[in-house]
Amino acid sequence: MTTTDPKAFIPDEGIALDEFEPNLVGRYKLDKVFAYASWVATITGLVVLAFLLISTFADGLPRLGSSFLTSFPSRNAERAGVASALAGTIWLLIITAAFAFPIGVGTGIYLQEFAADSWFAKILEVNISNLAAVPSIIYGLLGLMVFVRILEPITGGRSVLAGGLTLALLILPVIIVATRETLKAIPDSLRIAGMALGSTRWQVVRDHVLPLALPGILTGTILGLSRAIGETAPLIVIGAQTFVPFLPTGLQSSFSALPIQIFNWTSRPQEAFHANAAAASIVLLVVLLSMNAVAIYLRNRFQRNR
Amino acid sequence: MTDSYLPPEHSSANLWQPNREASKRSQAIVKFIFGSFAVLSIFTTLGIVATLIVETIKFFSQVSLVQFLFDNQWTPLFSQPRYGIFVLISATLLTSLIALLVAVPLGLLAAICLSEYAPRNVRAWLKPALEILAGVPTVVFGFFALLIVTPILRTFIPGLQTFNGLSAGLILGIALLPTIASLSEDAIFAVPQDLRQGSYALGATKRETVTDVVLPAALSGIVAAIILGVARAVGETMIVTLAAGQNPTLTLDPRVPIQTMTSFIVQVAKGDVPVGTLKYDTLFAVGMTLFVITLLLNILSFWFVRKFQEKYE
Repeated sequence: MTTTDPKAFIPDEGIALDEFEPNLVGRYKLDKVFAYASWVATITGLVVLAFLLISTFADGLPRLGSSFLTSFPSRNAERAGVASALAGTIWLLIITAAFAFPIGVGTGIYLQEFAADSWFAKILEVNISNLAAVPSIIYGLLGLMVFVRILEPITGGRSVLAGGLTLALLILPVIIVATRETLKAIPDSLRIAGMALGSTRWQVVRDHVLPLALPGILTGTILGLSRAIGETAPLIVIGAQTFVPFLPTGLQSSFSALPIQIFNWTSRPQEAFHANAAAASIVLLVVLLSMNAVAIYLRNRFQRNR
Repeated sequence: MTDSYLPPEHSSANLWQPNREASKRSQAIVKFIFGSFAVLSIFTTLGIVATLIVETIKFFSQVSLVQFLFDNQWTPLFSQPRYGIFVLISATLLTSLIALLVAVPLGLLAAICLSEYAPRNVRAWLKPALEILAGVPTVVFGFFALLIVTPILRTFIPGLQTFNGLSAGLILGIALLPTIASLSEDAIFAVPQDLRQGSYALGATKRETVTDVVLPAALSGIVAAIILGVARAVGETMIVTLAAGQNPTLTLDPRVPIQTMTSFIVQVAKGDVPVGTLKYDTLFAVGMTLFVITLLLNILSFWFVRKFQEKYE
């Protein structure tokens, strides 16, 4: 960029000619500093992420053998493993998905296809965005009261079912919002054409809108589920156990989960358990990253198809 | 419809049996089921509020509100219990403040970089990378803060204890960074291109355009992102529980162990608390305080967006 003296363009009788000092050199210097600062800030986040991953892997990899995945927790750090925690996380994942997916998608469809712009939908919208901002530990208190105490005959108290239900409530807003956003992106011409052929609203949604929206909805659901299985605080509050030397036997079984096991091992004073915590973190991160990879793959496929 | 306009060999009018009643009935059933799912989310809110209120009322039947708000000690697990919630709130404020000092400048600059400076193809890689950072479970961040960051900080900060507010706050800030960056980037990216070009036409440089034109235009979205970040910081549990300790002290010294509201809830819930005891009710009273604070922040953010949002056609 060639910089011409701006004063050259101002006629002689221009007012306040002397007060205008473009100082382009100084301003461009400041511009460069600002641009570098913004790059440094962005890269800092990534460097910290890389440092976090590398140091966790360095600490945990030596402990990560096949026996680590198949052993139960033990007082002896070298013999301890994540079998019951991993099984608990998988149980939680299935229970949470079984409740959160139909309810979240159903609510999303209702709000977007059946009740759009009604006063009920507006109240629900405000309510859902409020719920999304409630700290997860508060959901733990809700689960403790409702699922562990009031519904004890059904859930069996501090059970894997109570944990899964609590996590399902926690991620419902995520799935509802994802469903609505995806449905919003489906062109209205499709619905109008379907109804012009004599379908009811539900038939249009079931046969034409949902098949198109499904990848987007699944992406949102997987992202919500990956948030759920990383959650620790609500599970501690509803009473997940840290020492479970058996696999969950049923819905009413007491349980542990990977984040709980990581929390327990991290907060022990002995160094040997810290390596276990790092190894368990690797297992959790691998599970989460593969879930996110599936979600991103689905999203990319979906975007390409349209 | 007995007269068919189709050629005779394709005439299948008698095969077509419209059953509008059945179609409408199945639609009504589906609408009812999905509608009741939608009501469930309202029940969740009511459930949270009712749970917290019922137990909090029980708590305040035994502890006075004045003591709760103004006592300067928090020792509910001692034989002579004192209930000064401000001790826990001050710890929450301290860790949140440190976190925001990290997350707001870094997050905002990263958002500006992504939206204004990064080439499109770099942005396509950077955004998902930041989203992965947002997906790391907080318990892993807690592990990182306690066992990796604190030992490093201790080599050059004298008097830094094993559990401290400083490293908890720093890592909390790193955990918040992607949230603030991603939400502010959405707001900055949405500012229309005309504004930037108008600014260039007046002779402003790129930085001047960003700081004097684009940022003010995106202000409502940025402030909403920051307020949401504050709400996250206040409600975050595992990083502060692991790295900041469980020691309720009224202090602004970031080098000593403190206890936030969330880590108190974890500490009590970890042990088996008998239902109906004052200790059990204390959980919910602290939970209520936390809920009210985050709710107020959320309302503030809504209000700010509605009041200061710039509309461009």
